[in-house]
Amino acid sequence: MRFRFTDAAIDVGAARRELLDLGAGGYVSFEGWVRDQNEGQAVTRLEYEAFQELAVKEGGRIVAEALARFPVKHALCVHRVGELALGDLAVWVGVSSAHRGEAFEACRYIIDEVKHRVPIWKKEHYRSGDSGWVNCERCAAAPRAVAGGSSAPVHDHAHSHAHAHDRRDPD
Amino acid sequence: MPEASAQRLLGLVLAGGASSRMRRDKASLAYGGRTQLDRAAELLARHAAAVFVSVRADQVNDPVRARHALIVDSVDGGGPMVGIRSALAAHPQAAWLVIACDLPFLSDRVLAALLAERGRALAADPGLMATAYRSTHDGLPEPLCAVWEPRAAAALAEYHAGGGHCPRKFLMRHAARLIDPVERQALDNVNTPEEYADASRTLDAPAAGHPMQIKIQYYALMREQAGRSTETVDSAAATPADLYGELRARHGFTLSHEQLKVAVNGDFADWSRRLRDGDAVVFIPPVAGG
Repeated sequence: MRFRFTDAAIDVGAARRELLDLGAGGYVSFEGWVRDQNEGQAVTRLEYEAFQELAVKEGGRIVAEALARFPVKHALCVHRVGELALGDLAVWVGVSSAHRGEAFEACRYIIDEVKHRVPIWKKEHYRSGDSGWVNCERCAAAPRAVAGGSSAPVHDHAHSHAHAHDRRDPD
Repeated sequence: MPEASAQRLLGLVLAGGASSRMRRDKASLAYGGRTQLDRAAELLARHAAAVFVSVRADQVNDPVRARHALIVDSVDGGGPMVGIRSALAAHPQAAWLVIACDLPFLSDRVLAALLAERGRALAADPGLMATAYRSTHDGLPEPLCAVWEPRAAAALAEYHAGGGHCPRKFLMRHAARLIDPVERQALDNVNTPEEYADASRTLDAPAAGHPMQIKIQYYALMREQAGRSTETVDSAAATPADLYGELRARHGFTLSHEQLKVAVNGDFADWSRRLRDGDAVVFIPPVAGG
């Protein structure tokens, strides 16, 4: 399976071995880690939740698209679900290829598409005691602009990174 | 069980016809995966103490019929008159709720209205022989969705012996109570392959506006706001967009459907897709993998 979930630590060595190929001259990987802050708030831990039936289907399509689009040998994406601590590995993407250029491009394509398309949700827990589902909660509360009239971007769900507007105050 | 009183009501499905215009046995025609004979017997069983199927002697081993309690024609001749007379002869103390097996649109409501009227008519006229619907087409009695009282047996025998063979004409000449239909299509019978095709289209697909069972799974913010991971709802929603509107009102979801995607039966779907009974729906809030 070219896209899968695990609720235990991702075994990078085992995942990397699945890409080995004597025709490959190199391998590119991306690791997404749990960071200690987001949008100015101190993050203490994360939860990932997935609609796994569809997520595995959509993730598999993304990896298949990368293999069709770029002349690479093998590609794989593994994503964590459940509770994660700071520094934990949240997502791993690996691509092996005859030449490095297409391996970088395919790896970038997979992680970007996964973040946009696969039904996975991330709940951040903050040092303030607050918590929130990234990309979901603040959008619903105030869909267009930051209170106080600062120059916040107009909200757009087509991007997947968390954004700074309308974060609830820590206290 | 002994016949307790004249009020004991039995059900009879008439299934002895030749089905000549259909060119197929009408009792075996299926709607929604069940034969019309089984559907008719189940309908009657909800209103009568016991249900029998009226057959000719040469039909007793037919598998569609043999799984039911049978009343085999015991009088000479043919047609529904013989079936009704045979039932009245087999259980002389009972009244019979008689229906033909080619009436797929009959409903509980139609039978309940007929039985309620029969109760009132019997109280007013102890000599009543039958209670029937008035045809929407010609205003004449519909003898094949009717209650036949025990005392009709002798009069039917006399009418039959005099050369009569039409239960409709019998009802026009004797003490029968007629009521107006409570549902327009209820007594439309299905005689030809074309009529069967039309009826199948109506009965096999849940009509718009009829409740369906939809299973919903919730994730992340939706799960927290719904206070559950899954629920099964009866809904008449035509599309996922309509369904979300109903559920948003119930659970107070903060996201509008423009902010969500939707999956039906395990893959992404259009908000305007037509929902079907048994569909599994997931509303997908903005994702945040990686």
